[in-house]
Amino acid sequence: MKTNELISMLSSQVDPVDTREVVRNVRIAILVGAAVSLLAVVFVLGVRTDLNEIHAQNFVFAKLAFSLSVVILASHYLVKYIRPGGEFRARFALTVLPFLAAMVVAAINLAAAPRSHWETMVFGSYWLECLIAIPMVAVLPFVAIMWAVRLAAPTDLLRTGALAGLVAGGVSATAYALHCMDDLLPFVALWYGGTIVLCTIAGAALGPRLLRW
Amino acid sequence: MTKESDLKALMAASLEGDSSAHQSLLTALSGYLRSYYKSRLVRAGRTAEEAEDLVQEALIVIHTQRHTYDQEQPLTPWVYAIARYKLIDHLRRTRASTASVPLENAENILASDDRGATESQFDLTRLLERLPERMRLSIQYVKLDGMSVAEAANRCGISKSAVKVNVHRGLKILAASIARETKA
Repeated sequence: MKTNELISMLSSQVDPVDTREVVRNVRIAILVGAAVSLLAVVFVLGVRTDLNEIHAQNFVFAKLAFSLSVVILASHYLVKYIRPGGEFRARFALTVLPFLAAMVVAAINLAAAPRSHWETMVFGSYWLECLIAIPMVAVLPFVAIMWAVRLAAPTDLLRTGALAGLVAGGVSATAYALHCMDDLLPFVALWYGGTIVLCTIAGAALGPRLLRW
Repeated sequence: MTKESDLKALMAASLEGDSSAHQSLLTALSGYLRSYYKSRLVRAGRTAEEAEDLVQEALIVIHTQRHTYDQEQPLTPWVYAIARYKLIDHLRRTRASTASVPLENAENILASDDRGATESQFDLTRLLERLPERMRLSIQYVKLDGMSVAEAANRCGISKSAVKVNVHRGLKILAASIARETKA
């Protein structure tokens, strides 16, 4: 077929389209992923039982502040990356800020404590559960987000996949915070931060394969 | 008026469903795409003849993915990102396809004689049967039965864009298989 014939065929009966729908899809996917992760944590792992205590509430808030700031920053960039050329005008360097902040707070916290407490403060009691649960729960929001991203047309598949993994990890950590009993800031910085980074790496590895169009 | 603002105005109108603006936009872009692909292919050590396929691929993407354009942003980077993505995809795909031909015994070249194929006729229905069903039906309805794209889309239960793309891809496959049979 000649190019001008192709053009006239493509131009016959053009439907109006909504250019904001792709962003809406991703937002809906994040919300759906968050709801499913929450259900998984509530029904499979269970919400921590001491939520009526001020001490527990403070730590849940601290964990949520970290994980939600990851989600909000990363999804802000993700909705730019889903469009062709989005990578030209979005630099997602700011997404490291919550991680840096958590590490600084953790370092101050460790510095103020005697050396003999450090091991407990870093490893807590349930580091293994955290290491396994956050990436596993993150699969649910990751699937939802990747489905929505596939309805758009990212041209930087590696970074788009990484951002999708970052959002999914953040969503998963947010849900897991309601279960997690380890109330130690260095623990949060290492195990929450580390597992979210793992999700990001997995997203970057899967992006070029799953998002090709 | 700059090129960017002209093209952006056409895009805005075509997103509202203005067919003639869409046609003008695609026609204008096809010129830029052609010169982009010709120069980049030559630079990559390929021939400029591959350019037209890429122009058509990019136009199809610009059409089917027009909902991914952000109207608050300039149009040129969006078009460039699509053109570049398709170029990289093409270079990668065509390189892989030459590398994936296995090394066989030299006698295999004389293993079968397909001289008889020169006598076969170009039976359109037979050729059409080789295509995937949706492609075949799209061509059947639009090109042979003379239906409009909208009617064909209704019949097939797919979008109008999908019918257009199916007709295009299908005709291309048909042309390639006819060329193959003629050579054989």
